[in-house]
Amino acid sequence: MLTVLAPDGATKKGFEAGLPDEELLHCYRTMLLVRSFDEICLKLQRSGRIGFSIPNLGIEATQVGAASALRKTDWIFPSYRDFGMALYHGIPAVEMMHNMFGNAEDSAKGRQMPVHFSFVEPIHFYSISSPIGTHLPHAVGAAHASKLRGEDTVHLVSFGDGGTSSLGFHSGMNFAAVWKSPVVFLCQNNGYAISCPSEQQTASDGYAVKAEAYGMPHATVDGNDLFAVRQAVLEAAERARRGEGPTLIEAVTFRMGGHSTSDDPTKYVPAELVEEWKQKDPVDRFRRFLERKGLMTPEENDAMRADTLAEIDRAAKAAEATAAPGLETIFSDVFAEVPSHIRKQGEFLFDLSQRRGEADAGDGEFPL
Amino acid sequence: MANLTLIQAVNDGLRTVMKADDSVVVFGEDVGPKGGVFLATEGLTADFGESRCFDTPLSEDGIIGTAIGMAMNGLRPVAEIQFQDFIFPAFDQIVSEAAKLRYRSGGQYTAPMVIRTPYGGGIRGGLYHSQSGEAYFAHTAGLKVVIPSTPHDAKGLLIASIQDPDPVLFMEPKALYRSVKGEVPEGEYTVDLSTLRTVRQGGDVTIYCYGAMVPVVERAAAQAAEQRGIDCLVVDLRTLMPLDEEGVLEAAKQTGRVVVVHEAPRFCGYGAEISALIAEHCIEYMEAPVRRVTGFDTPFPNTLEHHYLPDDRRVLDAIESVYDF
Repeated sequence: MLTVLAPDGATKKGFEAGLPDEELLHCYRTMLLVRSFDEICLKLQRSGRIGFSIPNLGIEATQVGAASALRKTDWIFPSYRDFGMALYHGIPAVEMMHNMFGNAEDSAKGRQMPVHFSFVEPIHFYSISSPIGTHLPHAVGAAHASKLRGEDTVHLVSFGDGGTSSLGFHSGMNFAAVWKSPVVFLCQNNGYAISCPSEQQTASDGYAVKAEAYGMPHATVDGNDLFAVRQAVLEAAERARRGEGPTLIEAVTFRMGGHSTSDDPTKYVPAELVEEWKQKDPVDRFRRFLERKGLMTPEENDAMRADTLAEIDRAAKAAEATAAPGLETIFSDVFAEVPSHIRKQGEFLFDLSQRRGEADAGDGEFPL
Repeated sequence: MANLTLIQAVNDGLRTVMKADDSVVVFGEDVGPKGGVFLATEGLTADFGESRCFDTPLSEDGIIGTAIGMAMNGLRPVAEIQFQDFIFPAFDQIVSEAAKLRYRSGGQYTAPMVIRTPYGGGIRGGLYHSQSGEAYFAHTAGLKVVIPSTPHDAKGLLIASIQDPDPVLFMEPKALYRSVKGEVPEGEYTVDLSTLRTVRQGGDVTIYCYGAMVPVVERAAAQAAEQRGIDCLVVDLRTLMPLDEEGVLEAAKQTGRVVVVHEAPRFCGYGAEISALIAEHCIEYMEAPVRRVTGFDTPFPNTLEHHYLPDDRRVLDAIESVYDF
């Protein structure tokens, strides 16, 4: 397993991050943003202001390390636990919060549960669906399109350990290997698929080795080590850009919280295991590296943490103050044009709501 | 104009769009050099190259999943599922992904793609080479379902489907692949989706059908005219989703006596939707209860498939029963 950064923040002699100082600080700040996002979403959920969230605690270095190896022209096919990839590439926290609240500014127009983000700018951060593993073949198809056009775009698809048992994992891996598609498969092995531990998920020795059966190179990296993840993804991305096909990367990490805000992990995760992983905390580890390098003082760290909390808090307040989507968004985007049977259903709902004096329906005219 | 079989018209339609639009790619199991098990894609790899028409691994989930990815990134994929019976591993990709992508991303990502698949009985294919699963798919918001019954419509509807901005399931009646021939215009033309075709005019009984049932109904209608002087209005639905509801209701009002014919099982079949539409919107025009002539609510049999499939005998029986009611 590739590790670059020791838990105390030390690196091997002669290690060069290959990133300018401000970029290193951006990586760190993004991880803090994710932590702040989680913290505030938990409060929002517990106070009933949003319905649901997905905690990222412990996975931040995998997300940010992988994202840092990609260009803005590359595509990300995320899992639902990839907040850091979006934030790293400059997707504003408020845009993500609009989705958490499902409001009128949400790119998904309030149609999806929270955490099911979709963005096309400043990077393609592909629309998330809830079924597991279905997005792997999508990444392969999109990569195939890039390849046919002769582009050097890389398509990174991220999924968990549980995702490797899905139909989409098999077909995605197989098609990508046969077609030599420019895809980076990133398996975030965080120990549990909701409550199911790895030994009940697979009998193989880890997840990376599964690539061998598909004729695909693979790597196993310390997922709590931002530099290790970044290095592996960079190498895989370069191979993909050179036309040499896909790679499977297993990032070994640990989800230090629940699967979601509706989950109680103390029922199935031994407390000592959480303690063990706390010692390997990816954010603390990177902070120690920055401190050793003289890039940050404890005071600056405190200030940055307060700043990220304030940023997420502002985003949450702005999103909460934004109105719900218009009633017509139930009926739009099913097809490119609204067909007559859906139009009639929209007209019915607007008319009924208007007759009952409900504000949602405006003047009762279906606006589409 | 050329006199083509339905399968030749499909091939002609594919060639026509592939010539006009470089982003159209055709793929699936055995569709490359072999040209598909029914030869729908014959010659396409030779004429357009391996990057335009190619074989895939044997995985319906992979075929449809990768098609979605291609579609969202600028290609116009035309994916073949070798038999509609084999589509179910891809059900999740079709129903949860392709059909919902535009909606769930607020239009940021879309899947303009066509899934071509031969469906239906009449070839002694037994349980797994004969099914008509249109109702599963017509029930799915965000997916269009198209079924041609003539060579002319097969080409025109296929071109319209490939040019459509939404995912289309294009179900080809394999029983008609080589049993019907007709005039097909050369070059590009389209038949608008969501439009009915009036196959036969008549004022006594309205019969709705599609795909391989159209010639069966035509024969029964001819017999009804000949034997009993009953004039049937025969409607080929052509697009099941989105349906031309106005056209359906108009046709029902013209006679007040309705028969719906499909080879799929009856329970929750497409005929139930037609019956319900008529009951909801024009029951006051009805002179007789709606009769459905369908496959039985059993799996599809092999040796006795001619008893399972609606034939002119069963359709004629239904015509007479609504006429005599």
